[in-house]
Amino acid sequence: MSQSGALPISISQVTKRYGDVYALDNVDLEVKRGEFLTLLGPSGSGKTTLLMALAGFTRPDHGSIRFGDNEIILTPPHKRDVGMVFQSYALFPHMDVAANVGFPLKLRKVGKAEIADRVNEALETVQLVGYGERRINQLSGGQKQRVALARAIVFSPRILLMDEPLSALDKKLREHMQIELRHLHEKLGMTTVYVTHDQREALTMSDRIAVINHGRLMQLDTPRAIYDRPANRFVADFIGESTFLELGMKNGQLTFGGDVIKAPGWSGGAGKPALILRPERLVITSRAAGKNMNLFTATVRELVYQGDTSLMYACLADGTEVTVRAGTRTGAAIENIAIGDDITLGLHPDDTVVIDEAAEKTAS
Amino acid sequence: MSSVSLPANPNENLLRQHAAREKWVLLGLSAPALVLVLVVMVLPVGWLFYLSFIGSEGTFSMENYARMLESKSYGRIFVTTFKVSLLTTAICIAIGYPLAYFLSQLPSRAANICMLAVLLPFWTSLLVRTYAWLVLLQRKGLINNWGIEAGLWSEPLALVHNLTGTLIGMVHIMLPFLVLPLYSSMKAIDPDYLKAASNLGARPAQSFWQVFFPLSLPGLFAGSLIVFVLCLGFFVTPAVLGGGKVIMVSNQITNNIELFFNWGAASALGVVLLVVTLVILYVASKLLPLNNVLGGGH
Repeated sequence: MSQSGALPISISQVTKRYGDVYALDNVDLEVKRGEFLTLLGPSGSGKTTLLMALAGFTRPDHGSIRFGDNEIILTPPHKRDVGMVFQSYALFPHMDVAANVGFPLKLRKVGKAEIADRVNEALETVQLVGYGERRINQLSGGQKQRVALARAIVFSPRILLMDEPLSALDKKLREHMQIELRHLHEKLGMTTVYVTHDQREALTMSDRIAVINHGRLMQLDTPRAIYDRPANRFVADFIGESTFLELGMKNGQLTFGGDVIKAPGWSGGAGKPALILRPERLVITSRAAGKNMNLFTATVRELVYQGDTSLMYACLADGTEVTVRAGTRTGAAIENIAIGDDITLGLHPDDTVVIDEAAEKTAS
Repeated sequence: MSSVSLPANPNENLLRQHAAREKWVLLGLSAPALVLVLVVMVLPVGWLFYLSFIGSEGTFSMENYARMLESKSYGRIFVTTFKVSLLTTAICIAIGYPLAYFLSQLPSRAANICMLAVLLPFWTSLLVRTYAWLVLLQRKGLINNWGIEAGLWSEPLALVHNLTGTLIGMVHIMLPFLVLPLYSSMKAIDPDYLKAASNLGARPAQSFWQVFFPLSLPGLFAGSLIVFVLCLGFFVTPAVLGGGKVIMVSNQITNNIELFFNWGAASALGVVLLVVTLVILYVASKLLPLNNVLGGGH
């Protein structure tokens, strides 16, 4: 279980069609040695198809997949030597925990004593020491998840694939396991490809995120860059909450309702520019206090108290409804606001992200 | 709002009466079936049980059971019964397991069509199928004619009026009883198990023997048990296709009644067969993982 065995994955022009529908449409993707890469997308986006192609259960129509230097597109699943955690866990119900975890070692003709040692080691890694003789149906969801993980890493695969492994767990346990999986990845250093439709999970765990939609790669970048600098409307919309404002152009400057919009990060584009408004990046301010920010006048429509934060729905001058999320500290500005008030909303230029609507089809 | 004062346990009696009434309604719904079972099952079996202890003098006697122990022919009948049942079950497994596996791997539409081919004979009268085999298997029947014309064999084979014919007929009739529970237990095996096995390094044969086969065993046991138990009491097929050479317990029961008018002896055989069957079912339910096939919960 050492980092030296980790392999990079190189995916190029992989295409899979089901009838007229492209599950994968000429996907190019490089996964670095030892990286934790998440495939993120809505259901039916093709992310699971791509993972299944890596595991060998789906054969693409064309394309190349290389583990390290080896082309594996024709290699059957049992010769790929990749660990995989299934969404259903797929633990064999007729074997106890130790037999499940030892199964890949037994197939590799490892001696009995060594199997026992390595099974114990793997169970220790997932904090399930002493559970070897349990039946699978005696385990809780979280324990099954750990056994599935132990079974996937016990034979020291160079690549680890995970298909929504936490989706069956409740919220608290899921968040706990996200951190734990992250630590485990740091410890084992296997190249890991993780599939999820949960954006928060992807942001929490990944080195890089590949956002996929309609079988195409929409953006590949670090979690922070994906969130702060989405490449296109789909990514901005799918990850986090966003309202889009269509901007105008005047003398080479971006405008909204006659006001110039300061967007230092924008470098121009062929299509229509659109401003991404994130609820937590908008602040309640005044014309005087916010003179360095991009300012918007709005009328408050609705206030919702949610405990940790409050939501405010407000209408801009052009009728666009925007959402503002604010903390609920005592004395916060949002506490003094009533429905119907006219307020000023500010957006810091560094938080001002403008996308080119034509960028939808291209991935960076 | 709580101005109306309520007694300590409000509506307790009404709720209890309501629950009691529901129980009576459920009992009422099952009454017709219970009466039917009582009249056509419990009473006749009880009557046979009583008859088996009545000797030729018309008084209480164990002579019917004593005769079974003394007479060698009765021993032979029981051996034949078990031999035919075991052979039928074994052949059913040999043919039925691959068939069920094949069906379970087909896409559901194709599987349904193929399943129809399994079920169609199942819905045809047993007597019709048995006599059809008689026509096919006899000395100048279809199979012997074809075999000789094709040069596969030169003399007509003795395919009927013997053990071979009995087995052919019984396997044909019993096959669906094995395939149906086996197929449903195979369909219940999550394909992810096989993917996982393959991912972990198992060749297709290893996946099959180490994962698929063990998981299909409950269905196999259930189907085999049903076939075996049904075979024990089989009558028509050995009577028609056995040509008097294959005498199973139920055939001997008929002989006792039709030829010797000995209800006591027939009853005693019936009782022994029933007890043996119940013992086999009991032992099997304790030893084998039959799950819910016999209604034993899970």
